[in-house]
Amino acid sequence: MNLKSALCAVSALVSVTATAAMAEELTIATVNNADMIIMQKLSPKWEEATGNTLNWVVLEENVLRQRVTTDIATKGGSFDVITIGAYEAPIWGAQDWLVALDDLGDDYDYEDIFEPVRNGLSANGKLYAVPFYAESSFTFYRTDLFEAAGIEKPTEQITYDQFGEIVAKVHDPDNGIYGTCQRGKAGWGENMAFVGPMVNAFGGRWFDEEWNPTIDSPEWHNAINYYVDLMNNYGPPGASSNGHNENRALFADGKCATWVDATSAAGYIFNPNESTVADKTDFFQAPKQETSNGTGWFWAWALGIPTSSTKVDVAKDFVAWATSKEYIELVGESEGWVAAPPGTRTSTYENEAYLEAAPFAKTVETSILAADPSNPTRDPVPYTGIQFVAIPEFQGIGNYVGQQVSAALAGQQSVDQALANSQQFAVREMTKAGYIK
Amino acid sequence: MARAVNTSRKSLNTAIAATLGLIMFFPVLWILILSFKSEIDAVRSPWQVLTAGWTMESYGAVQERSDYFKHFMNSVTISLGSTFLGLLIAIPAAWAMAFVPAKRTKDVLMWMLSTKMLPPVGVLVPIYLIFRNLGILDTRSGLVIVLMLMNLPIIIWMLYTYFREIPGEILEAARMDGASLREEVLYVLTPMAIPGMASTVLLNIILSWNEAFWTLNLTAAQAAPLTAFIASYSSPEGLFYAKLSAASIMAIAPILIMGWFSQKQLVRGLTFGAVK
Repeated sequence: MNLKSALCAVSALVSVTATAAMAEELTIATVNNADMIIMQKLSPKWEEATGNTLNWVVLEENVLRQRVTTDIATKGGSFDVITIGAYEAPIWGAQDWLVALDDLGDDYDYEDIFEPVRNGLSANGKLYAVPFYAESSFTFYRTDLFEAAGIEKPTEQITYDQFGEIVAKVHDPDNGIYGTCQRGKAGWGENMAFVGPMVNAFGGRWFDEEWNPTIDSPEWHNAINYYVDLMNNYGPPGASSNGHNENRALFADGKCATWVDATSAAGYIFNPNESTVADKTDFFQAPKQETSNGTGWFWAWALGIPTSSTKVDVAKDFVAWATSKEYIELVGESEGWVAAPPGTRTSTYENEAYLEAAPFAKTVETSILAADPSNPTRDPVPYTGIQFVAIPEFQGIGNYVGQQVSAALAGQQSVDQALANSQQFAVREMTKAGYIK
Repeated sequence: MARAVNTSRKSLNTAIAATLGLIMFFPVLWILILSFKSEIDAVRSPWQVLTAGWTMESYGAVQERSDYFKHFMNSVTISLGSTFLGLLIAIPAAWAMAFVPAKRTKDVLMWMLSTKMLPPVGVLVPIYLIFRNLGILDTRSGLVIVLMLMNLPIIIWMLYTYFREIPGEILEAARMDGASLREEVLYVLTPMAIPGMASTVLLNIILSWNEAFWTLNLTAAQAAPLTAFIASYSSPEGLFYAKLSAASIMAIAPILIMGWFSQKQLVRGLTFGAVK
């Protein structure tokens, strides 16, 4: 072996050793949904390109929330990348639990991310999580049933009163078709995701400018009475135990004429392999009533990096890759454009291949751009968030109110009782938390 | 004298027992059925579920996405480790309480049992911090310790109850024959309490295998057992019922099979001393 070969061999060895020494192992905690499964499937491409490896911890949404909260609050450092929602990102960011993600590189193109999505994941002017997918809500409806009943597709936002009239016309329980399917299962992320924007539409709000709960206001009474009547008259049996999944299955099976829910479900409803109504479904905006503010919800699943992580640079590299334009293209090319993560980037909605594969794309874009978490109600409020209030106390309050509303829907108590209980609970919690002096 | 039971009474009892058994087993049976259906069929009405075609696709998808064997081995290590570590501590403790009771033995036993009444979430943060400081978060040894501690009151109570059934005179005789304390426990007490100990071991393995609070909260990627494997298929948004069912069946199958083969021993142990 001559000197040159020996030097080359040594240099190669050093290079391999250096790469191995620099290679990091990231632990990523995430939720179980179709988009995350695709990310998990495609992540070996990032691993191959960087030499780093990923350990996946996949948990149910609520379990993940509790697990990650414990780890971050105690600075456990178990996770390097976490999947968080639009509810946690600003709260955790403001508490310095998350690394600011304003420096993911010139190629990242922050301006391409929809503004409401960026705002929803920011606190104090800093972006604390980058969106993996975002959604709003709109009304799914059955074109064949509307046509048979002589109803035209609404071209402008209709009111809940008009919505109720439409639902009454298409309700046909004798043939196994219910006028409307809406969430009834208790939980701030379940029934309250639908009820919250509906209360906004009726002119209600969670708190006044002084953080006093306003759940026993006439607006709340009107909204919840409307909801309970609508579901009792035109909903499927056992509606109080139906969440997103149950309604999604009912709609896909042709049992519902209308359904106001997540725009992200459109990909599923439009997939003929998973839905029997793929060719007879269309959409219109979620209804308004007294106001159109906060009538379509806003949610995003995003990737964040806890400040307790010791591998922040590598973690940033991964989150930049997984939320980039290039990643969306990779999903479109390998999994089909209909499966591309929706609702995050303008470029996705300018992509002809995506627009062709996803006929719902433009409606989704309109709904997301119309959702303004900073102006969610008719009257002024001290909080942001449409179907939630971005304060730590909301989880407990939202869950309690969800249980009360679900019980009213199930006929276990009156709407008046449910709202009185909710008001009492909210006042107690807000006083305990120091919002009410 | 044995009580005469006529045939019709016997048939009625058998029918009631079979019905109760079916009601108790039905959730598992339904999960088993769902695991062999496609996602779209799994959420249909019960009749449509039963008449839909059968498929193994969910098992395939679960195998492809998750490392079942790693989770399985973690479950085996954690449940066996915590049970045997628990026995090492519980046998001497139960022996002392059963054969040389002190004035406050009953109080100590009640106090130990009272720790089971505390909601685990109440001590989550302190335990999490201790684990973090000791560097045993997401380790199997950490879980062995915490599950042993959680199940220790039950192990001690069960062994205490079994030991109390054994006449103290037998141990005295062994002592008179020159047996040391170690020999007395190992060669006299333990063989006599084998049925009770076997049921204690089986019950604790089952409890540790199914434990979901600590195993989910103290693990991440390395030490996660089958409970975390199941949790990874649960989702409030998206259809994963068939895959969740397949993951559940894969997680409970080993313990179900173990329970089936050892049911005689388990029942014998649990009723040990009930009939004199």
